[in-house]
Amino acid sequence: MRIKNKNIQSIWIPIIAIILGLLVGAIVMLLSGFNPIENYINLFTGAVGTPNAIGEVLRAATPLILTGAGFAIANSAGFFNIGLAGQALVGWLCSVAFANAFPSWPGYLLLPGAIIAGALAGAIWSGIAGFLRAYFGASEVITTIMLNYIALYGTNAIIKGVLAHGNNDYSPTIPVQARLRTPFLENLTQNSTFHWGIIIAIVAAIFLWWLMKKTTLGFEIRAVGMNPDASRYAGMSTKKTIIAAMLISGALAGLGGAMEGLGDFQNIVVNTALPDIGFDGMSVSLLAGGAPIGIIFSALLFGVLKIGGLNISITSTTPSEIVNIVIASVIFFVGAQYMIRYFFDKSGKKGKKNGKKGAAKGKADAPTGTDADQAAPTTQGGDTE
Amino acid sequence: MKFTSKFATAAAVAALTIVLGACGSKSAQSGKKDAAHSVALVTDGGGIDDKSFNQSEWEGLQKWGKKNGLVKGVGGYNYAQSNSDADFVPNVNKMIQAKYKTIIGSGYKLEKTISDAAKKNPKTNFIIIDDVINQKNVASATFKDNEAAFLAGVSAAMTTKTNKVGFIGGVHGQVIDRFEAGFRQGVAAVNKKITVDVKYADSFSKPDVGQALAQAMFNNNEDVIYQAAGGSGAGVFSAAKNAIKSKKVWVIGVDRDQTAEGKYKGGNLTLTSTVKGVDIAVEKLADAAKKNKFPGGKTVVYGLKDDGVKLTRGNMSAKAWAKVKEYKQKIVSGDIKVAEKPSQLK
Repeated sequence: MRIKNKNIQSIWIPIIAIILGLLVGAIVMLLSGFNPIENYINLFTGAVGTPNAIGEVLRAATPLILTGAGFAIANSAGFFNIGLAGQALVGWLCSVAFANAFPSWPGYLLLPGAIIAGALAGAIWSGIAGFLRAYFGASEVITTIMLNYIALYGTNAIIKGVLAHGNNDYSPTIPVQARLRTPFLENLTQNSTFHWGIIIAIVAAIFLWWLMKKTTLGFEIRAVGMNPDASRYAGMSTKKTIIAAMLISGALAGLGGAMEGLGDFQNIVVNTALPDIGFDGMSVSLLAGGAPIGIIFSALLFGVLKIGGLNISITSTTPSEIVNIVIASVIFFVGAQYMIRYFFDKSGKKGKKNGKKGAAKGKADAPTGTDADQAAPTTQGGDTE
Repeated sequence: MKFTSKFATAAAVAALTIVLGACGSKSAQSGKKDAAHSVALVTDGGGIDDKSFNQSEWEGLQKWGKKNGLVKGVGGYNYAQSNSDADFVPNVNKMIQAKYKTIIGSGYKLEKTISDAAKKNPKTNFIIIDDVINQKNVASATFKDNEAAFLAGVSAAMTTKTNKVGFIGGVHGQVIDRFEAGFRQGVAAVNKKITVDVKYADSFSKPDVGQALAQAMFNNNEDVIYQAAGGSGAGVFSAAKNAIKSKKVWVIGVDRDQTAEGKYKGGNLTLTSTVKGVDIAVEKLADAAKKNKFPGGKTVVYGLKDDGVKLTRGNMSAKAWAKVKEYKQKIVSGDIKVAEKPSQLK
């Protein structure tokens, strides 16, 4: 009974959240004198109406799946990785720099090399924060935020000083054989920026599932996240686990950046702000509750809103600011899904008032959105103590 | 599930409201469609209300559209705002798919996007502002910003009382280099002893950074600031409005006449503005496209000579204005060559 109820919830809650967001967006549009129905139709057709639009949505989702997966791993270890954006940026830089450094290499060496360079750079960048946390207890929130700034201004200096030709503020375009965007995909999707990175992203989501559910390291990561003291008592090396989680998290974020460098942009420009994929990746992961399949779907939702949103102001007179409010309110309600969950639980409890009281109470106490086996390490740790 | 049913009722009511409301709202569109001559603008990150570059272009396009009685939207004229660099390609592609005949890339950041799109869509016309693309279906428009910036430097040098002036740029690069080089050269031409404090906001869309930089400059007794920072420049005006309460300060505006931005209780603190004729360029190129004489493959350079760039009279003293006119003559006649990069200055 409980399982069934939960399944219904996990499907309905995001859908209700999206509908609520669209309603608020519609009210905003109405108040401003624009036609919401027309605009929502434009949003939808702008996101899935043509092969080009679908290609753009998938392209926008690709790095978000990677940064979302990266956030999920660190989060499982009790680590709040705000540095995804910075890690993605150094990954972006290093993948482009690698591809440009060896233009004569054949594609089967250059492309994997550039991808690995991006992942490694991201891993090292987050590894710094992981190391400081593991050995000195430095708050990762502060260190990753500051590393974001170092990444932003450091990469800008490297682009201007080393990569760019002359007085440009962008690097040269990467060699053809290092590009993830191919003429085949461009023909398929009417010249969209869709690229092969989507396969890397899906593999990463499967990897996340495999790592967390099937390996000892995954179990240790979750155990350390639940209760580091108990995990240490049970004989796990918390330092090793924290650093491992942070390295994997950064590698995935770095891959996300490499997707931008090798796929979407094919170069790197001087950035005035950190790339969106970092913070959007956090939202994607939180929305999905850290579940790999959920990350794919919530990344797609972000892609649909972002790409479809562009279409609204192109095909109608609605200004893009209004569109941004609409998109933000959808994301807001999706993010605030705990509120909806609360109402669900409350109404569910009322119905069961005459039934087993104890069972209902136990359910309310269980952490929302986690599976039963995730709670296991805590109980285990408690027993040993 | 009592809650769900309650929720469904609420949703139904809200949906009904929207439907009724939608029926009530009239479309305010007027004008005709002319798909064969439709023009669209893709911004470079700042909005079309950035009080600067993008706004000028949009104003030029609006003027052109109204002149020709076209509708705003598909088949007429429109813009797409890029919220980040990742939006450039989707925006341009969506414009191509919406069958706009001429697409304008606003600023050098769109150079790669426009160049790629032009190769793949030979039947569409493209315009790139502030950069040069040598392709058959692309017209390029560049501006000698350094010449106007030189005159701004002259006006600053003639106005400063502290012999300290400031320059706040958006992002380091070819375009803003022209502003910085011209301004510094202009100041030095009048008086070599005046120091120019050069700072960059590292963004065209961060008014808070512009404000902080300007505040520091005013505190350092610099009394004239030239801002070439796009949207970040709005912060320079805010800082000046605070500073003017205790001392006389001036701001020199950029890209369009920013007199309105300098209004405060008791006067106006916009000394002058360097005006970049992007609106004129957009209007002229759209006109050419309308007459089926699109100058594809050509580069049009706008300078002081043809009023493509100019300095407004603003609130300059008569003496300063006379000096500006004197130097303008020297530049137009070729007596003074204005540097394009700070590294060319002595």
